[in-house]
Amino acid sequence: MSATQEKPQRPGERAVTATEQALVEQVRAALASQTPLKIQGGNTKAFMGRPIEGQLLDTREHRGLVSYDPTELVVTVRTGTPLVELLAALDEQGQTLPCEPPVFDGQATVGGMLGSGLAGPRRPWVGSIRDFVLGTKVITGQGRLLRFGGEVMKNVAGYDLSRLMAGSFGLLGVVTEVSMKVLPKPVASAHLDLQIPAEKALQKLAEWGQQPLPITGACYSDNSLKLRLEGGEGSVSSAADRMGGERLDASFWTQLNERQLPFFADERPLWRLSLPTNTPLVDLPGTSLLDWGGCQRWLKSDAPAEEIQKLATSLGGHASCQTPGVTATPLQPLPPLLARYHQQLKAQLDPKGIFNSGRTYPGL
Amino acid sequence: MNLLYDEQLDGELPAVDREALIDDLKQALPELEVLHKREDLQPYECDGLSAYRTLPMLVVLPETLEQVQTLMKICNQRKVPVVARGAGTGLSGGALPLEKGVLLVMARFNRILEVNPEGRFARVQPGVRNLAISEAAAPHKLYYAPDPSSQIACSIGGNVAENAGGVHCLKYGLTVHNVMKVEIITVEGERMTLGADSLDAPGFDLLALFMGSEGMLGIVVEVTVKLLPAPQVAKVLMASFDDVGKAGQAVGDIISAGIIPGGLEMMDNLAIRAAEDFIHAGYPVDAEAILLCELDGVEADVHAECDRVKAVLEKSGATEISLAKDDEERKRFWAGRKNAFPAVGRISPDYYCMDGTIPRRELPGVLQGIADLSKEYGLRVANVFHAGDGNMHPLILFDANQEGELERAEALGGKILELCVAVGGSITGEHGVGREKINQMCSQFNDDELETFHAVKAAFDPDRLLNPGKNIPTLHRCAEFGAMHIHNGELPFPELERF
Repeated sequence: MSATQEKPQRPGERAVTATEQALVEQVRAALASQTPLKIQGGNTKAFMGRPIEGQLLDTREHRGLVSYDPTELVVTVRTGTPLVELLAALDEQGQTLPCEPPVFDGQATVGGMLGSGLAGPRRPWVGSIRDFVLGTKVITGQGRLLRFGGEVMKNVAGYDLSRLMAGSFGLLGVVTEVSMKVLPKPVASAHLDLQIPAEKALQKLAEWGQQPLPITGACYSDNSLKLRLEGGEGSVSSAADRMGGERLDASFWTQLNERQLPFFADERPLWRLSLPTNTPLVDLPGTSLLDWGGCQRWLKSDAPAEEIQKLATSLGGHASCQTPGVTATPLQPLPPLLARYHQQLKAQLDPKGIFNSGRTYPGL
Repeated sequence: MNLLYDEQLDGELPAVDREALIDDLKQALPELEVLHKREDLQPYECDGLSAYRTLPMLVVLPETLEQVQTLMKICNQRKVPVVARGAGTGLSGGALPLEKGVLLVMARFNRILEVNPEGRFARVQPGVRNLAISEAAAPHKLYYAPDPSSQIACSIGGNVAENAGGVHCLKYGLTVHNVMKVEIITVEGERMTLGADSLDAPGFDLLALFMGSEGMLGIVVEVTVKLLPAPQVAKVLMASFDDVGKAGQAVGDIISAGIIPGGLEMMDNLAIRAAEDFIHAGYPVDAEAILLCELDGVEADVHAECDRVKAVLEKSGATEISLAKDDEERKRFWAGRKNAFPAVGRISPDYYCMDGTIPRRELPGVLQGIADLSKEYGLRVANVFHAGDGNMHPLILFDANQEGELERAEALGGKILELCVAVGGSITGEHGVGREKINQMCSQFNDDELETFHAVKAAFDPDRLLNPGKNIPTLHRCAEFGAMHIHNGELPFPELERF
């Protein structure tokens, strides 16, 4: 039937579609001519990592849901699918991807979500993009279309290549399909605005974090702590009563996730500091906004990259610049030994170095 | 096909000068305890999969990181295979020793280094028992969520190696979802950190790759786990059914109603009777199947959910529904389930536990398939099932003293796993491949996929020194395995790819 299906189809294995076949052909041609590829969906994550040159491999023709069974809590979707399309299909069944990936004007694709690993405000409480990955179909550095993981919740057969793909920025292969765990949307929610100083907010969050409270969003901006509560009716209303504060419009979380808050309009470069839970309030060289209960701190700053990354390291975390052209290493450099294992893994899975090479670090 | 390491099928192992290695170790690490006498080695010849035993060449019991590093440097230099072992409770032979290899026992790394309630994490050494973490966190009303049934004995290092699960996975995730950071020693004896104290780390997600990698990519020497606030209240409903298919349907109905129970377990009649006989949990011995559904969280939510689940179960045709009236009864309901394996052990001289996963919708067909295979092989099978996440634990009852029964049990087990693969599932949900399911890996993955796994291994361990022969079969073994199937003329799923 198709050239990729050199092996007989396994039970339950679906036929290769024409759009998938086209991606395989392009990868094979690139391998044959040693042409570097630039894998791209909606190109909404260009602000992350480094710009690269390469022949464009556009995933967006390869779109649509492959299978979705709400009672199994699993969806399998082609990576060129716009995220909004996937989320709408889940929403119809009262379900969602709890890790809350941003959709960026509706342009973001499922593949970009996976490659960047970019999750939303709910991340600390429900998990990251990779936490919801169950399986992938990948075009490898040999030009083969292979399957890893699956459509079941638990699967420890072989190495976990599927979760490895999350946040790998396409360096290890072209993912054509991903299976993800989905969950029912929460029954109830409340959105609160507490006018308290930042230090007090962090102290409160440390205290609440040790209690079974239905917090799924905690952001400090404009001198107030914004909280989101989600869960059953009873737990949400009792927690809301206890925490007090003013009512907050639910759209705040979308604006935060989609980077539409006035904070993000500041002209200075945007930095993201990823810090341990319970990191105290520190003076950052610029204007900052705290998300993820303080674990993710956004910083608008003109300070040199080295200074910001050094500061993040001293706090036990790391920093990345999300404004293009500011620094040659927008992602925090890796320790030498870890960098060597990155090189070795890349060399094994992409021996010709055609997949998004240089997208994260020079020479990787 | 024998599951012990076979150099013809699993790859040649380097020849090791045992005496010279012992001398080297004594010289470089005079404090290190090295066992090399036969009688000292014997307790280490198997893990939880006790049907398979191999006497290791040496056993080492290091107590410091530096010892592990030096040991790895020496073994790497001399090209000596190293098999790491934690508590040795694994059920798939992941820590099965090698005649030509060192068994690296991490049991003495048993200290809890830090419990940090404000940061909601604990930093522990790999030999710390799973339950000990929750016990240490309990004064802060926090706990470590993954709870494999062996949690009183199994160690966190082994949990990382197998990506261990438990009965609360659907809601709280596997080990991979609850570990933030590991410190490892590479095959070259270097120390490396994967993951971070923050919620993400720059670079590839090597932490995820290491989870479930069965000690084949590095030696875990420290683990930082996430701690969660203990749920305020937990309630358990027990529902009886006169048909296993109806029970399976009820599981889907609960989830369709938008409820994610903390635990959702199913047992069939044989398992119910065995457990009841052993634990007196109050199970209905006439039921064809029972469901145990635990709802946990904040009190107000749990009450509301209990009512909703009850209504769903009634509609799904449950013949009886009871709510554990107090915490004692709740624990008794769970004790029956958690002791299902030993309970089955009482009604049969031996049993063999399988670990396949399936999409839940396939449950009725798979249970029928298991019943048919059980008849065909003349061996009873009891079914215990993490119903919420599709992880089956069929227990095959046999008597190893009866000529040929072990082989029949193994063959039946292999067929059950192939059936799981055939409906889109996996050969292992939480016990790991180890040596036990090394042949069934050939059913689940094709040669190209297996080669990709070998490429990953080569990135971390080019000389195949870390736990060689586990987890990923050689293409040679798969070719032999496929050929054997065809020779016997008993290919039950001819559409399955084998080469």
